[in-house]
Amino acid sequence: MPYSDKILEHYNNPRNVGSLDRQDPNVGTGIVGAPECGDVLKLQILVDENDNIIDAKFKTFGCGSAIASSSLATEWLKGRKLDDALEIKNTDIARELALPPVKIHCSVLAEDAIRAAVADLKRKRAARQAAAVGAAPSGKSGELP
Amino acid sequence: MRRIYLDNNATTQVDPRVLDAMLPYFCEKFGNAASRNHVFGWEAEQAVEQARQQVAAVIGADPREIVFTSGATEGNNIAIKGVAEMYADRGRHIVTQATEHKAVLDPCAYLAQRGFRVTILPVDREGRIDLRQLEEAITDDTILVSIMHGNNEIGTIQPIAEIGRICKRRGVLFHTDCCQTFGKVPIDVEAMGIDLLTCSAHKIHGPKGVGALYVRRKNPRVRCAPVLHGGGHERGMRSGTLNVPAIVGLGMAAELCRLHMGTEPARLAALRDRLRDGILSRLEDVRVNGSLTHRTPSNLNLSFAYVEGESLMMGMPEIAVSSGSACTSASLEPSYVLRAIGVGEDLAHGSIRFSVGRFNTAEEIDYVIERVVATVRRLRQMSPLYELAREGIDPASVVWTRS
Repeated sequence: MPYSDKILEHYNNPRNVGSLDRQDPNVGTGIVGAPECGDVLKLQILVDENDNIIDAKFKTFGCGSAIASSSLATEWLKGRKLDDALEIKNTDIARELALPPVKIHCSVLAEDAIRAAVADLKRKRAARQAAAVGAAPSGKSGELP
Repeated sequence: MRRIYLDNNATTQVDPRVLDAMLPYFCEKFGNAASRNHVFGWEAEQAVEQARQQVAAVIGADPREIVFTSGATEGNNIAIKGVAEMYADRGRHIVTQATEHKAVLDPCAYLAQRGFRVTILPVDREGRIDLRQLEEAITDDTILVSIMHGNNEIGTIQPIAEIGRICKRRGVLFHTDCCQTFGKVPIDVEAMGIDLLTCSAHKIHGPKGVGALYVRRKNPRVRCAPVLHGGGHERGMRSGTLNVPAIVGLGMAAELCRLHMGTEPARLAALRDRLRDGILSRLEDVRVNGSLTHRTPSNLNLSFAYVEGESLMMGMPEIAVSSGSACTSASLEPSYVLRAIGVGEDLAHGSIRFSVGRFNTAEEIDYVIERVVATVRRLRQMSPLYELAREGIDPASVVWTRS
């Protein structure tokens, strides 16, 4: 059987399938891959004000290895600090799932999805901060220099 | 674990009656069919000649026109390379089509590298060639047209009799790969103007490793250079000691097909239609690939939108089918046959081929319907593409980041 027990386990009992609210300012969303390639991973993280990842969800269009890689990723993300999420390497995922060489790219996709989700959250936060800074300083309403 | 086999286009279970027919030729009547001087050789030769008749009877040929091979790949190689070599001074142009099996396309590519010109006709959305395009493609330089009777992936049947008529009129030899139709769809080499025909035992509940190549001997007499040189067996067309037990198996498999031609194709089609209707009535966004009307009776090829083929197969490990998904191919390329009929790559990834056979039952089909429907539904719940579609966003309109 080319599928390891770990891959089958994640496939048959995937962790954290679902969606978070994309509009939520505390949610980071990463979508990587392309339908033409046969792999699309959507990974989302919910982060609190102390940068703890308190929830993670995924949806995947792809083979069993892609599903297992993204399921495992959400498992590893929950409870991590936001910046620690970037420590997760595709090689760790591949090793944990015993991915065969031809499926390594699935773990790469999962790592990319994590990065994309983190980047999305940071971008949202930066935009909010910029908007807050750009608003008139408190006490002087409507006054222009 | 219960196992259901629905991959009969890939290979088939050997019919017990075929195995029974083969067994004496291993330990009792084990002679070399070319041993002309003793009873061991005579009885082996007799068995081979009976198999020749059995194969010929399925296609309306003369037994002397049947060459035994190691299978359809070898048969296709002999037909294409052998004709090219023999007729090279008459012309160097070959016409074939885009959904042929690799065992036809690769020999053509090989010849293209050696000074032959190969025209690969496109197919329409059902997988059929355009007869006008065939007419236009044939020139004074054309020596061979090779067009399969039924496609192995999508089941589409080509207009063989019309192709044969065109080739006859234009003086071009016509070869057809009949692996998927031999014994399932009526074939008459005279009525259809066929000059060379390939078939394979393991597609008709016979053993692997043996097949037959029909080579016309009259009107016209077709000459074919051998691919294997040696003792001159099979009228010089295929040297090598005959695999007597396997040939006996091929003969019996052919005979069983012929005897059941009145009922079996209809039974296969009924099972296939039951499977198709059962799935299509319960799931949306499922597309049938290949012609609905010109189709081999046992084949069903479906694309399930928003779901990938390998993950679908993983969800029903007790059911044997195959997929056009890149993930299931060694080259990581999606099926070229599906691409040729215009199926988008995303739908090609979500394709599954079901092919019924002699030993499948209605009860198995009903079980498979349940499992397919349940697995597709589960995977769609997990699919970001299904989510987008439900939100009313066409995934084709999204700009994807490829990784």
